[in-house]
Amino acid sequence: MTTYEPNMVIVGEKFDVVGTRPVRHDGVDKVTGRARYSADSFPNGLLIGKVLRSPHAHARILSIDCSKALALPGVKAVVTADDLPDVSAEIADLEEGAAVNYGFYSRNVLAREKVLYKGHAVAAIAALTSHEAEEALDLIEVKYDVLEPVLNIDEAIRDGAPVLHDRLLTQSSVLFRVGGWGDEPNIPSTNLAMKIVSTEGDVEKAFKDSDVVVERSFSTKAVHQGYIEPQATTAFWDENDRINVWCSTQQVFAFRDHVAAILDVPVGSVTVNPLEIGGGFGGKGQGGVYLEPVAAVLSKKSGHPVKITMTRSEVFKGTGPTAATKIDIKLSANKDGKLTAVKAKLMFDAGAFPGSPVAGGSRTMLGPYVIPNAVVEGWDVVTNVQKSSAYRAPGSPSAAFAMETVVDEIAKQLNIDPIEFRRINGAKEGTRQPANGPVYRKIGYMETLDAAKNHPHYSAPLNHKNQGRGIAAGAWFNFTGPATAIVSVNADGTVALVEGSPDIGGSRAAMAMQVADVLGLKSEDVQPSIASTDSIGYSSGAGGSSVTFKTGIASVEAAEDIKIQMKERAAKIWDVDVNDVEYDKSKIKHVSDPELKFEFRELAAKLNGTGGPIVGRATVNPGGVGNAFAIHIVDVEVDSETGKVEILRYTSIQDVGKAIHPSYVEGQLQGGAVQGIGWALNEEYFFNENGDMLNSSFLDYRMPVSLDLPMIDTVLVEVANPGHPFGVRGVGEACLIPPMAAIANAINDAIGIRMNELPMSPGKIVKSLREI
Amino acid sequence: MTTKTHVQTTINGEPVDFLCEPRQSLLECLRDVIGLTGTKEGCGDGNCGACTVNIDGRIVTSCLVLGVEAQGASIETIEGVADGTNLHPIQLAFLEGAALQCGICTPGFIIATKALLEKNPDPTEHEIRFWLANNLCRCTGYDKIVRAVQDAAKRMQEA
Repeated sequence: MTTYEPNMVIVGEKFDVVGTRPVRHDGVDKVTGRARYSADSFPNGLLIGKVLRSPHAHARILSIDCSKALALPGVKAVVTADDLPDVSAEIADLEEGAAVNYGFYSRNVLAREKVLYKGHAVAAIAALTSHEAEEALDLIEVKYDVLEPVLNIDEAIRDGAPVLHDRLLTQSSVLFRVGGWGDEPNIPSTNLAMKIVSTEGDVEKAFKDSDVVVERSFSTKAVHQGYIEPQATTAFWDENDRINVWCSTQQVFAFRDHVAAILDVPVGSVTVNPLEIGGGFGGKGQGGVYLEPVAAVLSKKSGHPVKITMTRSEVFKGTGPTAATKIDIKLSANKDGKLTAVKAKLMFDAGAFPGSPVAGGSRTMLGPYVIPNAVVEGWDVVTNVQKSSAYRAPGSPSAAFAMETVVDEIAKQLNIDPIEFRRINGAKEGTRQPANGPVYRKIGYMETLDAAKNHPHYSAPLNHKNQGRGIAAGAWFNFTGPATAIVSVNADGTVALVEGSPDIGGSRAAMAMQVADVLGLKSEDVQPSIASTDSIGYSSGAGGSSVTFKTGIASVEAAEDIKIQMKERAAKIWDVDVNDVEYDKSKIKHVSDPELKFEFRELAAKLNGTGGPIVGRATVNPGGVGNAFAIHIVDVEVDSETGKVEILRYTSIQDVGKAIHPSYVEGQLQGGAVQGIGWALNEEYFFNENGDMLNSSFLDYRMPVSLDLPMIDTVLVEVANPGHPFGVRGVGEACLIPPMAAIANAINDAIGIRMNELPMSPGKIVKSLREI
Repeated sequence: MTTKTHVQTTINGEPVDFLCEPRQSLLECLRDVIGLTGTKEGCGDGNCGACTVNIDGRIVTSCLVLGVEAQGASIETIEGVADGTNLHPIQLAFLEGAALQCGICTPGFIIATKALLEKNPDPTEHEIRFWLANNLCRCTGYDKIVRAVQDAAKRMQEA
């Protein structure tokens, strides 16, 4: 029997460095204010850019006159969509199964024929100071033909609804497709950009034959990732047509590719220089290019480097939150607790351009379960709000809110403990994901359920009639992708690690620790850094909880490459057969002659004089991704007069494969839980009837503060992923999937009400209480 | 070009003069004029606490203070917290307690924590959460930050 204590790790395999908690390498810079983030770039001759944004949710642009703005002293350049090439609207496939349509992407960066949401970028100014640029914005004259907007899914799909795009066709590929242009004049355009259906078995028959059937409808609002660092970028387009960009991005190479495509310049002419990222959570990922092409063109026109920094209001109104959703679920089970069938329809609000995460949501919502009959339908709908963007486990938290509350309801009806119910129906190694999904490799869902059931939180007494406890599960695929790592040996026996995947929350330390473990060094003997796109091979970015897996494998293989070369060098120095040399921890030694041995640092000091420096490298695109499963337990107290929900206790339990640095893995789980608490209880985009977001400040878009919360307890369950040398599974996303449903289930336990809308704000709780 | 005002201050114990426009915030002056970029801008309207600095013993969000208001003031920013290369116990507690992930909010939290512990050397968890409620962190869920502040209090009492 495990004895639980706060923030414990149920340890799998033990290693020397991996699994310890050293001080992170970039930490000192971050506690002293020295770390340089996106807004901290001040090259000589810098101009400041500001963006003019649409005052209308839907309008045709008739004309843009910048002459008065340009005449203002201090103003050096303006840019509109006329300065960008009209790039093709063909869908380009990217790595990680992602696809991009640059016709849409370019139009989101700067509106071309139409503005499609309030806050859509229309033009930009570069001036000597930000205040002069701001003044000049007021002098740009834009003539609009204002159109009726569609502000939500219902409005967008009703008969006769205004259409956003003149020739959008409904895609039906099961792959994620981001909408397509139609050229056939007789097929009318639509706001339904994609409709995907996955089917397995016979759901209707199964519903008829089942003991319990529950059918419910849910809705969720757009919520923002809420990173504290606003988007900022500095670009310089020089006389040789080389474009340098300094920004904070989760996707250094994808940003380079997107900037090159949107500007229609060769990929090799663009260099993206990564700065520290002040939070991303998906919002600075594949869909996160907003300012870079704009700053680049302003630079080309002015001959100066140009920096644009968004205000917080611009971040809310001009960047992508996650999609609002409407989800219908019908789920059935028999008295033995076995789930028999599920039918789900997920409609996701993509915002102004196609590309909501509906595919991710519809696949992962069933991830924790074995269900023989399933029909899952996903809709991607365009509306006149901000183009939705990725937010941590894109699509899955909203879908799980719906699925996990219906599961809770069925378990209650059958009088089966909700953890036991999930055990009965739980995914295991070898089971196939519902609706013809893939077969699971080694996963740790059962171990996670056991850890939850055995946790003292689950059996602790509740003290008040308005208190309740809820649990919910979450499943996330986790991703991989191409990655590069280079390790150079220094003469003092330390090594430098260069990687191409950005670090959004401590991953540099996790890479360095893997290298240290392989080479028998200490964590602090490895100095990690993130390179520009010119300084390392292609590397996919920080998304899909992939970096510690894929770039970890690249780092391990680069370290293994060092070991091989160190053995070869020792063999050369000793004039022995390399097969008689072995690498043992930090020692290079002869298998039989005890006189022949080097400490790593001894040999490192001899390299330059014995044949030259040693550099290890690895380029990978690994398979073997390990899926992640989470169970959250939450206690709430509901104030029945005010409707306020207080979080009393919270425990996040997750199979993490192997926690390279447990503190930062715990941090991922804790932060994910708190983002989920905000999403559950009060965060939402609040629009008026004209499509204006009314709460575009941190005061009104109320994210959780320290006073709202208890300590967030974690249990890291280590069920090694055999696809990674240390057993790593991605951890950063599964932890945001269960909170909303867990809290909804806890509210139900407390006051007997099933909440089917997010956020579960005090007003809605009070309203629901009055209705019973 | 607006006429600039000459402002004389003390920043992190050193006399600092700068020129600023009447409309420039202290945050802009620190970052864009003086080059102290450790103080961060998260919102520009006083709601995130990333730009927290200490002026004459009071913590303020520097985005809501005009540069000209700093005339004669003594200002402490994150750059002045460490004693040369010796990190302050609060900085050590944040580092060793993994109380930061992306790190953008960290300077504001450290300045706010320092003011708390100077006023209340042994705060309860509730007092810590109350004091830091004006500082937003989106990465950590505040758990390790609260623990780091508790640890820093202990380190400072033992010092």
